Amino acid sequence: MNSESQLLASQHQLLTEYRYKHNPIYRGYNNRLLYIDLDSMTVKEKQITPEIKEKFTGGRGFGLYYLWQAVTPQTKWNDPENEIVIAHGPLSGITQYPGAGKSLVCALSPLTHLPIDSNVGGYFGPFLKFSGFDALELQGKADNDVIIFIDGNEHEIRIETAPSEAIDSHILVEQLSDMYANNDDDKSSIAIVCSGTAAENCNIGMLNFSFWDKRRGCARLKQAGRGGIGRVFRDKHIKAIVCRYRGVNGDINNPAEKRLINTAGIRLHKEVANSDHLQNNMRKIGTANIIEVMDQYDLLPCYNYQFGSDPQTEKITSQVFIDNYVTQGVPDGCWYGCSLSCAKAVNNFLLRTGPYKGQRVCVDGPEYENAAGLGANTGTFDPDWILEANFYCDTYGLDTISMGTMTAFAMECFDRGIITLEHTGGLDLSWGNGESLCELMHQMSRGEGFGIIVGRGVREMKKIFVEEYGADKNFLEDIGMEQKGLEYSEYLMKESLAQQGGYALCNKGPQHDEAWLIFMDIVNNQMPTFEDKAEALYYFPLFRTWFGLLGMCKLPWNDITPADNKYSDDPAKVPGHVRNYCQVFEGVTGKSIAENDILKMSDRVYTFQRVFILRMGSGQRCHDKPPYRSLGPVTKEEYLSRENRYDKQLKEKTGIDPVAKSVEEKIAILRIWREQQFETLVDAVYKRRGWTPNGIPKLQKLEELGIDFPEVVAVVKPYLQAEGFWPDYAE
Amino acid sequence: MRKLIVDYSLCNGCGRCEIVCSKAFFKEENREKSAIRIFSNQYGGYHGQYRLAVCDQCGVCAKMCTPMALYVDDNGVWKIDKNKCVGCLICIGECDRGLIYYHDDLPTPFKCIACGLCVRACPTGALRLSE
Repeated sequence: MNSESQLLASQHQLLTEYRYKHNPIYRGYNNRLLYIDLDSMTVKEKQITPEIKEKFTGGRGFGLYYLWQAVTPQTKWNDPENEIVIAHGPLSGITQYPGAGKSLVCALSPLTHLPIDSNVGGYFGPFLKFSGFDALELQGKADNDVIIFIDGNEHEIRIETAPSEAIDSHILVEQLSDMYANNDDDKSSIAIVCSGTAAENCNIGMLNFSFWDKRRGCARLKQAGRGGIGRVFRDKHIKAIVCRYRGVNGDINNPAEKRLINTAGIRLHKEVANSDHLQNNMRKIGTANIIEVMDQYDLLPCYNYQFGSDPQTEKITSQVFIDNYVTQGVPDGCWYGCSLSCAKAVNNFLLRTGPYKGQRVCVDGPEYENAAGLGANTGTFDPDWILEANFYCDTYGLDTISMGTMTAFAMECFDRGIITLEHTGGLDLSWGNGESLCELMHQMSRGEGFGIIVGRGVREMKKIFVEEYGADKNFLEDIGMEQKGLEYSEYLMKESLAQQGGYALCNKGPQHDEAWLIFMDIVNNQMPTFEDKAEALYYFPLFRTWFGLLGMCKLPWNDITPADNKYSDDPAKVPGHVRNYCQVFEGVTGKSIAENDILKMSDRVYTFQRVFILRMGSGQRCHDKPPYRSLGPVTKEEYLSRENRYDKQLKEKTGIDPVAKSVEEKIAILRIWREQQFETLVDAVYKRRGWTPNGIPKLQKLEELGIDFPEVVAVVKPYLQAEGFWPDYAE
Repeated sequence: MRKLIVDYSLCNGCGRCEIVCSKAFFKEENREKSAIRIFSNQYGGYHGQYRLAVCDQCGVCAKMCTPMALYVDDNGVWKIDKNKCVGCLICIGECDRGLIYYHDDLPTPFKCIACGLCVRACPTGALRLSE
């Protein structure tokens, strides 16, 4: 420990100490979780029963189940009873198969006031598991900043005051890695969860999960970005959670049949080694490989989702980052065994603004969402500003996706004169002003200025602009890209009906991790009918949910595919990899499963989450309504940017000759047609999911899934009765 | 650089190299735990009847090793530090010639470290060490 760490540690005061008995993991489960109440500083172990395992599997399932138990329909995000639940899953921590280090974080969100789930890499999830716990439940609020330390080797938990460490993540993780590791070599045994200064002031606060990068000799950060969980974390006065575990190997899960895991893992490692450079180039540039692809297909959100491409995209293509920024030739896996290694980093990046101006730092990224959201969507086609904004989002604890979408909204309002320099406190929010983008973040960190208004999220910004600045409510509802209170992630869905549904029908709000159907829909035209789209919006959200139940990453499923995948029955599902997952699941748990079992496991949790959001005041059809910009062109400029396409659609689909019509008239007619299309899609999807036309899961569905618990049925009953779907046999 | 050199034309497929290797490192006579493997050469030709698969110390496997368990020693031989290795098997995928091996009984993969035991055991002189 260096002298700075010694000084910081000397100021810690021990509040609670708890020792526990370590039991070996059995087939992927510890069968217990760790519960911490920060009000009373109590630490408890809770048994996870076979029934809870059977119904909720792990990860997001456990997170939502325990959150449900903790809160009431009246609970607000900043009430002490709101919990942060961090859970991994039965496959988490295996080292042989790529992508097995994910944690799922659930809490009531300050943005949506609903349960949010956010997935994140880094070492914390596996280390928590190896320490003896399948989940961590955090409830209550500490009086002052604390660090929770879990020593997985000594089987001890300590809660300590932490008055003097930094709050911003890039400094804090270095301080804590040094403080809690036994020596430099031991730093890879330390996993940290923390947030940042802006998370204290903004609803879009996120959580960083660290991992130690041996080659670069620094702590790296992955983010549980969506939904503002970082704000809940800081509101609970948690400065950090630190887990120490030394001795990682491929056997700690005590798997049922290691052979199955090994063979599937090697098969995928070989595929990645042989094909990644021919497919998505994830090893070289990670998810940013699609920046120019999205632009090429008119799907890159530019200028607050008005347009899908821009000539300036050439300044921020993946090749620009590969050639000039991202450190190459080092493995960037955020958990051991990830041969896909998409977590890129830029070393020695010189900051131009803010409190760390002039310093050279390591920037984690850029990921696609950061380049698209902080870059194209705000008109900032400048890699240096994108990276600077990326860095500050990470260290301040801000979700890059929400930050991009919110700033894009504010910039459009500025561009259209809805807000002015007077409102922004003199901050020039013109499109592409990267310096202002960063200044908004600095204001969020300092808790002052217009940044605080932007940091409330698009939904609250709309309210303020309408009520206090006299803006046109309908127009802002059309262009403010949020739904259920969550900002849209960074894909232009306007021309893909399936993706419109993929976003709007998400339980947590519009995030693409449930369904990313743009390519299937408009590039490959694989879903021509409503029923086809509904089937995709049944299958993919469930299949993708499964990753979050198991502690797995989605990327190695379809960001690398077997060389012969295109000849398979259903290439979009990557059947070869689905077989791998079934094999690995059996290898760890000993249970043989098929694709249908995957869907059923997920459907239980997915449907439970739907009932949960209903319980918290959302979850009906009216809440699934998206802003019109996600369905079609709101403004003249948008219409004209795709005039031929829209004119053709008017003629062919509505039978109206566009020639004699003004652009405004054409926008209005197209809107009626597109909104009808969307509603027809919603009908088809609800039906396929076993929900009523109002979006309520039917009793038969709950029974079929085995989640007809009295408290769950009690939530849906009045809605089903009102809609005439309460069955006679249940009377 | 020290590495194993194979003269395929001299190999008679007796398997002594495999046995001595697995005995030395895993205390059992088990071809599946040997870092050198003999395969029947179905194509025949001037290389002889057998093909011996053994590491030539190129080091490609080490590039993607996250815990940096693969290291090169003073003789230019690539070795796996078992204390650092987490058993992820990425190195096996990286070696396009399949010269790193694993066994389900073992927590970590293994490879030829050019120790030379098989050279001494080979009755035909098909193996030698190059310095």
